[in-house]
Amino acid sequence: MRDLVNRFGGVNALPVILMIIALPLVGSFPTWVTLTVAGLAMGMMIFLMASGLSLVFGLMDVLNFGHSAFISFGAFIAATVLAALAAWVSADSFVLNLAAIFSAIAAAALFGLLAGWFFEQVIIKPVYRDHLRQILITMGALIVAEQLILMIWGGNPVAVPRPQILSGSLIIGDVSIEIYRIFAFLLGLAVYIALYVTLKRTRIGLLIRAGVENREMVEALGFKVDRLFVAVFMTGSALAAMGGAMWAGYQGLISPALGGEIMILVFIVVIIGGLGSIEGSLLGALLVGLLGNYVAFIFPKLSLASNMVLMMAILLWRPWGLRPAVKP
Amino acid sequence: MTDTSATSHRAAKRFNTGRIAVYAIVAAIGLALMFAPFLFPDVRSQQVAARICIFIALVASYDLLIGYTGIVSFAHTMFFGLGAYGTAIALKQMGPGWDAVFLGGSAGVAAAIILAIAIGLLSLRVKAIFFAMVTLAAASVMMVLASQLSDFTGGEDGLVYSAPKLFSPATKLMTGDDGKVLAVFDVRMNGKIAAYYFVFLSSLALFFAMLRIVASPLGTVLEAIRENELRAEAIGYRVVAYRTAIFVIAAVIAALAGILWATWLKYTGPDTTLSFAIMIDILLMVVIGGMGTMHGAVIGVTVMSLAQFYLKDLMEAGAIATADIPVLPHLLEPDRWLLWLGVLFILLVYFFPAGIAGTLMKKAGE
Repeated sequence: MRDLVNRFGGVNALPVILMIIALPLVGSFPTWVTLTVAGLAMGMMIFLMASGLSLVFGLMDVLNFGHSAFISFGAFIAATVLAALAAWVSADSFVLNLAAIFSAIAAAALFGLLAGWFFEQVIIKPVYRDHLRQILITMGALIVAEQLILMIWGGNPVAVPRPQILSGSLIIGDVSIEIYRIFAFLLGLAVYIALYVTLKRTRIGLLIRAGVENREMVEALGFKVDRLFVAVFMTGSALAAMGGAMWAGYQGLISPALGGEIMILVFIVVIIGGLGSIEGSLLGALLVGLLGNYVAFIFPKLSLASNMVLMMAILLWRPWGLRPAVKP
Repeated sequence: MTDTSATSHRAAKRFNTGRIAVYAIVAAIGLALMFAPFLFPDVRSQQVAARICIFIALVASYDLLIGYTGIVSFAHTMFFGLGAYGTAIALKQMGPGWDAVFLGGSAGVAAAIILAIAIGLLSLRVKAIFFAMVTLAAASVMMVLASQLSDFTGGEDGLVYSAPKLFSPATKLMTGDDGKVLAVFDVRMNGKIAAYYFVFLSSLALFFAMLRIVASPLGTVLEAIRENELRAEAIGYRVVAYRTAIFVIAAVIAALAGILWATWLKYTGPDTTLSFAIMIDILLMVVIGGMGTMHGAVIGVTVMSLAQFYLKDLMEAGAIATADIPVLPHLLEPDRWLLWLGVLFILLVYFFPAGIAGTLMKKAGE
């Protein structure tokens, strides 16, 4: 039985199983396709936000509750950039449209890199290896960051213009798929592949993986894990800001509460996937995205609760998550 | 931080001026609260005093978790809200009466116990840090449920209802010779006084119960778990069982505080019970007052509540006074006060992790 399960991908098959189960429950095939694509796109965006958090925790045992600040800032910066490039956004040119969305994402990511460096140096560094104070201090930083967002952008929802080329839907037969969702999925996939290759094929990636598995040993061999950690933290923050930027374009209307709302999903994803592994984060993110969309269609009121139930079930089954980086 | 609070605790066992100072402050706060209706008769102060009473119980119960046992939970408002919503829904459906308070309150407490056991057994066995995330997720699910099941909970608007008759302002507790409400020291002995003393005495009872818990062998085991989990386990204490037990106890006390809050306010909504802002308040109060001492909770709640109610006025005055300077008025706007609290919070965790009570006790103990 175990061999049979493993031959079909083991836990990796869970999203597929979920899709198959959902088909008869949803009832109509076109709706199912729409929901599945939406779920995959959402999953990929959540993956962007969750992967950094997961790696940061795996490498340095640092749990950053302020992670959602990067998501919110990324979303608002992207909205501002898109608004400033209004001419490019509404232009009828493929190149200008893409230039607009990519410069918005790049601005968010750049902010994430810089703010991540600042955050690591000022907020996190003094409280390495002290979980209680880490949680408290990153929580405090989150409060400050949210207030700064309120101060800069105000409390009202901000509209995010969507480039011409990415709005509208593809219609194949009676199935309609929003183009932005495909874009989000592809971008997430590209980031996943880039991360995967970096972690599995480069020397830096080797060090990071070794650090996640046993930090003391890597340090004893003469590598400066602290310095590596700063880089990982900055990358993680940049990814979160990118995720936020993508999310802003997806929602079309963003409010300062956005970071906090997504953060719950991000935590659930990180717990489901297992701390410290990007494969786990991807798996968890896809499960959460798909389940959230299916349940939102079938029982609209239970969407968030369903993810909570999923987390409980998985924790009962595998207390360390689906694909933890280090097996206890 | 764990070792600083441990030293402060050991120091507290000795006779020293810092300890006396903390006790004196706590006693002064206690006396002020006991005679609050007479000392500060206006409506707003009454409101502040009642809130301080209830939050002392709530924050002290949170300190059982974060300070004494070293586990971080973000679900404390969930339990607070369960107690409050249980009472509120019963009062709304059954009409004002003690049976409603009792029935609804028990239902709320029972729900809190079941949820606490479920969360505790499920997540306290894995890494402690998971616990913070799991509780945060659980709390936010509860908040969404409360706003979506609007048939029961009134959704975002919350529930407005009447408290038992004894607490209504029209009730005469003592009547003078002329049949009117008797006034003692210019304070009318009506239902409002009864409501305040109900809140005060219940909170006091909860507080003493918690003082008893931390002084008991259970409290010592909890501190042992905080200091060195592996060692506690090795000596033969079932860490998971103890952690779950204290989590359940804290949840019950929070739910009881919720019942008090619901009966006092005569209104229950997400903003007054479940919201994340309240959770942040609780965290700030614990850290400002001092983690790991029950007295810290008293001091932290009082300082924070007074600041919340009166600092905003001060900031508004500041914003108006600096209206001509470019950036300052924005920073001093009353809405921005959380920004300053956040900064203060970070600085406190860096430099005074033991909080007001802990720092005072430690300084004098050295």
